[in-house]
Amino acid sequence: MSACIVGIGIHPFGRTDGMTGLDMGVAAARSAMRDAGVDWSQIQFAFGGSDASGNADTMVSRLGLSGIQFINVKNGCATGGSALFAAASSIDSGEYDLGLAVGFDKHPRGAFDPKPEEWGLPSWYGETGLMLTTQFFAMKIRRYMDIHGISVESLGRVAEKSFANGALAEHAWRREPVDLETILNAPMVSDPFTKFMFCSPAEGAVALVLASEAKARSMGVPIIRLSAVTMRTRPPGSFEVFAPALEIEQGGSATRLASAAAFEKAGIGPGDIQVAQLQDTEAGAEIMHMAENGFCADGDQEQWLAEGRTRIGGALPVNTDGGCIACGEPIGASGLRQVYENVVQLRGAGGRRQVPGDPKVAYSHVYGAPGVSAVTILRR
Amino acid sequence: MATRPVAEDLYEAGAVPRLVGGRHRTSGRHVFPFPAGQEGADYDRVLLEPSGKLWSWTIQRFRPKSPPYTGPEAFEPYAVGYVELPGQVIVEGRLVNVAFDALSIGAPFRTTIVHFTEDADGTSVLTYAFEPVEGSGA
Repeated sequence: MSACIVGIGIHPFGRTDGMTGLDMGVAAARSAMRDAGVDWSQIQFAFGGSDASGNADTMVSRLGLSGIQFINVKNGCATGGSALFAAASSIDSGEYDLGLAVGFDKHPRGAFDPKPEEWGLPSWYGETGLMLTTQFFAMKIRRYMDIHGISVESLGRVAEKSFANGALAEHAWRREPVDLETILNAPMVSDPFTKFMFCSPAEGAVALVLASEAKARSMGVPIIRLSAVTMRTRPPGSFEVFAPALEIEQGGSATRLASAAAFEKAGIGPGDIQVAQLQDTEAGAEIMHMAENGFCADGDQEQWLAEGRTRIGGALPVNTDGGCIACGEPIGASGLRQVYENVVQLRGAGGRRQVPGDPKVAYSHVYGAPGVSAVTILRR
Repeated sequence: MATRPVAEDLYEAGAVPRLVGGRHRTSGRHVFPFPAGQEGADYDRVLLEPSGKLWSWTIQRFRPKSPPYTGPEAFEPYAVGYVELPGQVIVEGRLVNVAFDALSIGAPFRTTIVHFTEDADGTSVLTYAFEPVEGSGA
């Protein structure tokens, strides 16, 4: 028995002047219910959240005061994944058989400006210009490139693919392809990353309608099963964002834990996955996450990317809607966008970005501060 | 000119500046900075090794947002890195007195104290950084 996704809705990512984050969440929720063929009065419960755009449960004043259970989730980059975990668990437990998971956000332009005290860090760490997510990602990939022989060209190939895929996705923010040379020769933001290799904080919202399998069958909609939803925090010796110091003995990561738990729960392995959405805060993250999620050995990404194996039509298409690099990152919505895209692919509704070969198993992965990760595996 | 450290008990200055870290009382694990508040009760205060090897690095090419950044309004890109202090912990800090194109993982660096910014009254605010060990070719 597993919970099924019976409806998906998205408010396009990017910038939408005149709409709040909550407005976009409401739009996504309505769109998901329309897709499922249900209305708000039938929804029995909801989990939702945003990182910076307010309390999700206030959307009942817009959707209808039906009195249902609506629980707010705030879990950094894992907000969407955590909402989905809670919603799926509510159905698996038998408590409910039809509910909603929603995530939304609207961030100001420019890099994130976290407050040290909210992360348990001393104020000097932010004051002296060390508390930037961009620095962390740059230093993580710099060391990874040094140890595992990954080239700058590979970073460029990831970004090139992101923009090519984003051009084919209606909900993406960046809709223009960018060629490899332009990406590699663009101004540096945080070496070795040029400006085209980073995603930007953005706006957007995603909602998913979940149902028990029996309920889904009675609705006569395509059935996409949530084979696994896992969320994990960091183990000792991991290299995480916002770390004034690291342990010399480097160990695992939140991603490795969440990924292993998801594969175990679903009873399958990385070789069974036919399409994957991996956290690509920047081009290096996608490369490292290919290995951390078990899809290849450290260093093999160089060959994978040179051969185009992660392109649509390759052996394992990755970030088929352009990922965070093309869609931007509204924190609360980003993880659910990956699940939305996987449902589109499993339904065969991807249009020009559809993964060929009638994919039946899809994987999604988010990662964020201060070392959290959420993974989902969907099966049709 | 009057000076002040950017934070209390972050480092001990002198001929060979050293950072103030903590050693966990039961596990022996080293941390930096020394944990504030209640968490500090689990740690002994220790001075960290003054030098080590560059573990990774990047260049900060845009001015961080204020708040929290309190650096000068006029922005110059700066290097940031992690330096592995042998047998203890890998510490993040600014890298100074080194050309960006000379940075390479494994090069020897040591702790130093540098001017970071100025208070409104002209007081120089100091912080720690790492600089190449002379003669290392870095």
